[in-house]
Amino acid sequence: MNKVYNNRAWWLILPMLLLVAFSAVIPLMTVVNYSVQDVFDANTRFFTGTEWFKEMLNDPALQAAVLRQFAFSLTILAIEVPLGIGIALIMPKKGWQASAALILVTMPLLIPWNVVGSIWQIFTRGDIGLMGWSLRELGYGYNITSNPVDAWATIILMDVWHWTSLIALLCYSGLRSIPDAYYQAARIDRASKWAVFRYIQLPKLTNVLVIGVLLRFMHSFMIYAEPFVLTGGGPGSSTTFLSQSLTTMAIGQQDLGPSAAFSLIYFLIILLVTWVFYTAIMNMQKDNNKGA
Amino acid sequence: MAEITLKSLAHTYLANPQSPQDYAIREMNHVWQQGGAYALLGPSGCGKSTLLNIISGLLEPSSGEVLFDGEVVNELPPEARNIAQVFQFPVIYDTMTVYDNLAFPLRNVKTPEARVHERVMEVADVLELTSQLKRRAKNLTADEKQKVSMGRGLVRDDVSAILFDEPLTVIDPQLKWTLRRKLKEIHQRFQITMVYVTHDQLEASTFADKIAVMYEGQVVQFGTPRELFETPNHTFVGYFIGSPGMNFLDVFARDGVVWAGDTALTVGQGVRDAIEKATSSNIKLGIRPEFIEVHTDPVEGGMSAQVDHAQDLGTYSIVYLTLGGLSLKARIEEDQMTPTGKAWLRFPDERLGLYVDEYRVEIDHE
Repeated sequence: MNKVYNNRAWWLILPMLLLVAFSAVIPLMTVVNYSVQDVFDANTRFFTGTEWFKEMLNDPALQAAVLRQFAFSLTILAIEVPLGIGIALIMPKKGWQASAALILVTMPLLIPWNVVGSIWQIFTRGDIGLMGWSLRELGYGYNITSNPVDAWATIILMDVWHWTSLIALLCYSGLRSIPDAYYQAARIDRASKWAVFRYIQLPKLTNVLVIGVLLRFMHSFMIYAEPFVLTGGGPGSSTTFLSQSLTTMAIGQQDLGPSAAFSLIYFLIILLVTWVFYTAIMNMQKDNNKGA
Repeated sequence: MAEITLKSLAHTYLANPQSPQDYAIREMNHVWQQGGAYALLGPSGCGKSTLLNIISGLLEPSSGEVLFDGEVVNELPPEARNIAQVFQFPVIYDTMTVYDNLAFPLRNVKTPEARVHERVMEVADVLELTSQLKRRAKNLTADEKQKVSMGRGLVRDDVSAILFDEPLTVIDPQLKWTLRRKLKEIHQRFQITMVYVTHDQLEASTFADKIAVMYEGQVVQFGTPRELFETPNHTFVGYFIGSPGMNFLDVFARDGVVWAGDTALTVGQGVRDAIEKATSSNIKLGIRPEFIEVHTDPVEGGMSAQVDHAQDLGTYSIVYLTLGGLSLKARIEEDQMTPTGKAWLRFPDERLGLYVDEYRVEIDHE
């Protein structure tokens, strides 16, 4: 077949460009616009340059929120990834049990964020919540509104409850795609269960795990509704994560300039971490290719 | 090293088998001798792979016994049977190098590293993989991957037999030749029992000393490629082996004459006696297309047939004929005249096979 070269075909991407401009680029530019100016009203504004950025980067409360955010995201990844793989490995492979397990595992994913927050808010109450009441009856003075450790543990538990299923489902589909011959060959090669996991299952899961980890990282880094409903960011600011700080600043205090600068920094952090992670994984695979 | 015996072995995938059709393997007895190169030949779905998986222990037979050197191994899992199996699609461990792939079966049983190295180097040398040892197995070509799969079977010195389940399906035609020769070489060098499953008669006959032809869950004939060609035991073998397959004519004897449809056949006394003796009504005469004498002019004892068309295949032609309402194929070498319109056929007696109820019956040719 003859390939026709016609650069006018570039015009075909015009509708897409317009759509993206309208829905993403222009709003983003508004944010950029706010971040470099101090706007009083429609006619009064001053150019501030990098002032907001400097202020934001040096704000101790925000620095603390960033560290808290990283601690949270890394913790839930460290729990959800191995747990998700584990669940995927023990999920039944066929029959009605497989369907039942799939439905059960999918359930938490279908619940909206703020509903999850409300469920756990009630669940952890000392008077009527099953968990809160039980823990107190067992003699532990569990209280998420006064004890930061309790609040943290509960938020992590809640996120694990809500999102481990995603990793489990991704891994389950990855495991299903491994042909039987691999397991048969492994039996004939007398491989141990661990060797089967290490050399057959885990390598085949790499791709779905990259997707899973990226999704979970971005998601958890932007977590808002669940902790907001559960703890409101407290006690003190112990569970105030980045998006909540941002919302307080932008909506609560109407500090549009600083919040715009902060949004951009927030966006760049996510972009940077995601890019580093993705490049690292892809490089690992490339090294494999070269036989290093 | 082992002699593999299958004793009244049968297998079904159904919980309550009713009829013989429900069995993937119908009751059979078979012996694979130590050190032989065997092929298991048959069409798709005839139970070849099932049989192979039963031997390797991936499947447990519904009834009967599998014996290695006289010892029942039914209960033993594959890892305890010292059997290697190469699958249709190459199975390699992606993240490992070729060296680690080959070393894997040895390391799994904690072989000393010095011994592992020795064995891997030896096998890599035989399979011509030495220069690839440091590469990641993931990036090999299909034939190299399949060589690695085979290598994992060869590397173990305790292996009693290697089973091949259509191992060359994904390999390019030219490379098939090389790999098949390599297998043969390996067989001669290590004297390991090898069972090679395939649906390709050429592959079977170039690899194996003896071929077991399977049909509907049974081994219908076990013999050398020559035996399968010259004296097929079952109509299916006649039809499946050879290209084109054997001709079969439904015949009956009446008034001392053998009839095929409305045509009287010119056949010897021995053939006629055998047909008259048969008690079944399912009687067939089989003759290979290669053995039909085709004449363009009337000959003594020739039966006249209609020539439908001829197919020129280069060094020979296939002539499609109708004899007494029954179709026949004959193979004609390029130096012979290809008949048109009418032809006169002769069936040499010693080339005729008589099949009663699909199985071959001996003919006494005097």
